[in-house]
Amino acid sequence: MTVTNMADGRDSQRAGTGPPAAINLRGIRKSFGSVQAVRGIDLDVTPGEIVAILGPNGAGKTSTIDIILGLSQPNGGTVSVYGMHPRQAISRGLVSAVMQTGGLLKDLTVRETAQYTASLFVQATPVEDALGRAGIAGIGDRRVGKCSGGEQQRLRFAMALLSDPELLILDEPTTGMDVEGRRGFWAAIRQDAAQGRTVLFATHYLEEADAYADRIILLRHGQIVADGTSAEVKAMAAGRTVRATLPGADPAELSALPGAESVEVRGDTVRVHSTDSDAVARYLLTRTPARDLEIATRGLEDAFIALTSDGNDSTSHPAGGSR
Amino acid sequence: MTAQSLPVPELAREAPGLGGFNFTVLKLEIRRLLRNRRTVIFAMVIPAVFFLLFGLNSAYANQRAGHGNVSAFIMISMALYGAVLATTSGGAMVSIERAAGWSRQLRLTPLSPAAYITIKMLTAMVLGAGSVIVVYLVGMVSGKPSMPGYLWIATALSVWVGSLVFAAFGLFMGYLLPTENVMQFLGFGLMLFAFGGGLFIPLDQYPHVLQDVAQYTPLYGLNYLVHAPLLGSGVHMVWVVNAVAWLAIFAGGAVWRFRKDTARV
Repeated sequence: MTVTNMADGRDSQRAGTGPPAAINLRGIRKSFGSVQAVRGIDLDVTPGEIVAILGPNGAGKTSTIDIILGLSQPNGGTVSVYGMHPRQAISRGLVSAVMQTGGLLKDLTVRETAQYTASLFVQATPVEDALGRAGIAGIGDRRVGKCSGGEQQRLRFAMALLSDPELLILDEPTTGMDVEGRRGFWAAIRQDAAQGRTVLFATHYLEEADAYADRIILLRHGQIVADGTSAEVKAMAAGRTVRATLPGADPAELSALPGAESVEVRGDTVRVHSTDSDAVARYLLTRTPARDLEIATRGLEDAFIALTSDGNDSTSHPAGGSR
Repeated sequence: MTAQSLPVPELAREAPGLGGFNFTVLKLEIRRLLRNRRTVIFAMVIPAVFFLLFGLNSAYANQRAGHGNVSAFIMISMALYGAVLATTSGGAMVSIERAAGWSRQLRLTPLSPAAYITIKMLTAMVLGAGSVIVVYLVGMVSGKPSMPGYLWIATALSVWVGSLVFAAFGLFMGYLLPTENVMQFLGFGLMLFAFGGGLFIPLDQYPHVLQDVAQYTPLYGLNYLVHAPLLGSGVHMVWVVNAVAWLAIFAGGAVWRFRKDTARV
């Protein structure tokens, strides 16, 4: 695509059809040998959104990010970033990323590393500004090899800021940081995002996604199992489980109950996970011969695990934006 | 206009010319190389010592070789060996960058594979220049090599330019081989190439079969080309083809590996 085409894109936006999506993924699949890391992901990220990709290790977060950044090629599906091929978007400085580990040379100083990166872009913010915004202005002359893990992560963040990208991608950026470092790092990101930058970050910390994202995408086994605002996902996660003994239970009937999100039938035992446990309990006790009824609250952590770990039976029906 | 409050992305940006090549990066790369004391000393000292061992025989000073003497011939050989050693180790430094995930990081910038490889080769060439200068200085101080003044410059320049082939070789190997002991492995390989190219022992003293094989080794063409100004007996196409072909193979291999090198560390 050419610069002229992009100018067309901006004209059409004035005409009201909207800018191209910051990220557009359609049917993305990626496998490594026999392991399917990503199994058909559709995703649209609108400019200005702060999106968290949440999921346990091996859910496909990093594989998805690598595809968005053009570091790996999907086996199927299409990917575009601001309507372009990822590599084109990177060449123009529209996208930058903070990776989890590596990516730094020990024998350069902090400032030299930033100067190196800045020199590669047509437009770059001044090096001292980027170091300042990342909170490492004071250690510009320090060798990278002598910096702490947190300082190195801030340097990666400063490097990502140098091209003044429209889209900033962070892959588990706070792994290995202590609580204080993590808080400081997110404060810097948040301050930066307030200026309208689109941010996509992967994390396996539920609290990080909750505190810093407008939108949370839950990944499990390379598929999206939930997609919504933090409040929506929390509501989904914060329901209760109603357990009862009910011989010959009909899973389809129970799934139709208001708020029911997953139904599990094993022998004579049914488990209904619901955001309206009262309705489920009332139904079971008044309309069925159910007995031994128990209602249990699931914590956020448990719910997250329930949504993203192996479903151990086929009658489980995860709800949300999976389709 | 419901989208009023959404930020408008500024997409009309440009990608840099020359694939991102620039002198800031070149300067920083050279600074990094000079911080690596072990590589610098290795590339400067070994060829000078070899010249002192093999080039100072007083018989060589009296024996003519083209427009100069045999001592000058050996000085050129050792300068080539030194330049090759220097550019190879300069190029092979990418193995450290790969291990650090730096090559992957660079894939997140506009820097093109070709521009990056050009920068790495030029950096290696700076170390190569240092090695040539040291050998020629030692030669000058020893007083044994003798050839017309213009040939000191012409041969030194041909050696230096020719070592570009091995800057590409170092890069290719730096991408191909694991980080541990990459230079030990390459040091041995270069020694073989030096024998194959006739740098240490003239090729006409080899059996015929070996002479035939030697023609295809990467130092063969270069070795004859850099001595051509001194010997003044013309340039054979075979030498040029040999040097250019190996340059293409090594540089092409380095680009190929760089493109593949996006693995996480």
